[in-house]
Amino acid sequence: MLEADNLECVRGERRLFKGLGFRLEAGELLYLQGKNGAGKTSLLRMLIGLLPPEAGEIRWKGKAIKSDEFRADLCYLGHLNAIKEELTPLENLLAAARLAEEELSEDDAIDALEQVGLAGREDLACKYLSQGQKRRVALARLVKEKRPLWILDEPFVALDVGAVDWLAGIISGHLQRGGLAVMTTHQLVTIPAGNVRELRIS
Amino acid sequence: MKDRFNLYRFASPATFYPLAGAMIPYFVAVSVVFGLAGLWLGMLVAPTDFQQGEGYRIIFIHVPASWMSMFIYLVMAFWAAIGLAFNTRLSGMMAQALAPTGALMAFLSLWTGALWGKPMWGAWWVWDARLTSELILLFLYIGYMALTAAIDDARRADKAGALLLLVGVVNVPIIYFSVKWWNTLHQGSSVNLAKSTMATTMLWGMLLMAMCFWMYSIAVAFMRVRTIMLERERNADWVKTLLAGGEK
Amino acid sequence: MFKIVSAVIGRDLKLAMRRQADIVSALFFFVIVVSLFPLGIGPEPDLLRKLAPGVLWVAALLATMLSLPRLFADDHRDGTLEQLALAPHPLGLVVTGKVIAHWLVSGLPLALIAPVLGIQFDLSADALVVLTGAILLGTPALSGIGAIGAALTLGLRGGGVLLSLLVLPLYIPVLIFGAGAVDATVSGLGGEGHLSLLAALTFASLGFAPWASAAALKIALE
Repeated sequence: MLEADNLECVRGERRLFKGLGFRLEAGELLYLQGKNGAGKTSLLRMLIGLLPPEAGEIRWKGKAIKSDEFRADLCYLGHLNAIKEELTPLENLLAAARLAEEELSEDDAIDALEQVGLAGREDLACKYLSQGQKRRVALARLVKEKRPLWILDEPFVALDVGAVDWLAGIISGHLQRGGLAVMTTHQLVTIPAGNVRELRIS
Repeated sequence: MKDRFNLYRFASPATFYPLAGAMIPYFVAVSVVFGLAGLWLGMLVAPTDFQQGEGYRIIFIHVPASWMSMFIYLVMAFWAAIGLAFNTRLSGMMAQALAPTGALMAFLSLWTGALWGKPMWGAWWVWDARLTSELILLFLYIGYMALTAAIDDARRADKAGALLLLVGVVNVPIIYFSVKWWNTLHQGSSVNLAKSTMATTMLWGMLLMAMCFWMYSIAVAFMRVRTIMLERERNADWVKTLLAGGEK
Repeated sequence: MFKIVSAVIGRDLKLAMRRQADIVSALFFFVIVVSLFPLGIGPEPDLLRKLAPGVLWVAALLATMLSLPRLFADDHRDGTLEQLALAPHPLGLVVTGKVIAHWLVSGLPLALIAPVLGIQFDLSADALVVLTGAILLGTPALSGIGAIGAALTLGLRGGGVLLSLLVLPLYIPVLIFGAGAVDATVSGLGGEGHLSLLAALTFASLGFAPWASAAALKIALE
């Protein structure tokens, strides 16, 4: 359902990759691998539609990705947490859902925050949380996330072992429900369910 | 189909570099010819003005410079539009190559306007509509150059600059209109260079000088764009071959 | 369509309420700058009355400039701007919401405090009314045009000064018609012409600027 054809990436004055393509179906996870600076993040930014490729095409469900329909199906988690420090974790989750035109009840949001270990801190402004806790607010979005395509840039960074297992479980659940995921990571994490494919950029 | 294909070929820096290089001497030569003709007409042939004496002759620099400053801005905006629409690298380079010359023309227009104003009305600067608009145009040029200089990534600089140019070109008529309005309301003096009965020689003189400045601008822009090309494409094969084989 | 605009406005207003220091300091900047002019020029009432429209408008432009970097930079820094760009709505609508919120928080307070400052310059009641109306009418255009500059200079070093350099020339028509409206009222000619032109500028910029800003944001987010 996600297809990339003959993608070429030029950053600054360097060509990072050329002729790159893949096809990803429901229930599949694509592991992007490659050295630092090889172009993994650039490829992700192409897939989410923020970076126009120098050449080539990306299609979601057979149609070009520059559309509201594509973005309605997309959930992106990058290096930055995308949370506002002045808002509480609860407010952040609800605002994100509203922006994405997703239904998220307050109970569900509180439940998601409990799952990431932030129970009791839902109403504390995020600027009072630690870095790790802020990251968990960002990850909490994935708990109730219903959109089919997940694009995650190094989601496991700075997580402890328990959290890594938890997140792997969340991603597996998503794949089992027929979702797709594209992920970069430096750590080798086993995702229990779903078809795992690898793409190495060099 | 064949025509379009050829055009895209010239849009490649590798092809355009030698082409521009070959054309520069011709543009310089033509510019010198026009300049000599224009100056001859302007300085020697055109009659002494009844009211303003010899000092008025500075309009042969002032008016062509004004025309060119406006024209170059429009050309830059044109390349900006092309670059954004077709994602061609050369368009952005051309716009950046033209900017300093356009700014120079605007500055020259302002400076000669001041030099002309001093003997005429005793003031170095007069807040008339055209001079004030010219000043704002200079600000627009400087803004463009500052923005493109502040962005490290060449492609982002091109695109951001292009957007700024398009926004600017839409605003220039609005700015000019508002300045004219402001000027008439406050009954500022009007620098009336274009007199209703202008001797034909004067008009020809200005046109010839305008052609001179135009050819000069093209020559200088080509020189600059070649430098920009070398700088940006320094890792490309054609540049390495060129620099290894000596200057072409 | 209306939903997303109001959602963005609500979000930005909520954030502004929790960070009131920024808004208040921009307002005080306006007051201080306006107060500097009599100190620099002299207290003669006639002179001050003549200068008042221009001085108040220039100070309003500068105060708006101060608050512009905040429009996108904060969201860019914490990654929320990306999420806004990835929302299933046209980015232009999102920017429209941000521009309106920005005006509510920076332009509107300026309009409310301007008549008070106008009294310091001994402007007549008529002139004060027109001044307030003009600033109310013109500051949305300042927010709109400013958004284009803020988007173009996103993340660049020398941001604030560069932003001013880009945006102030584009503000000149608003300045001319805004100050001109008050001048015309004072000289008895009536400011309607100026105010209608100002209104035209505001509508044009609110229609055009969010889309130009969205394009600039996409360039900055590449």
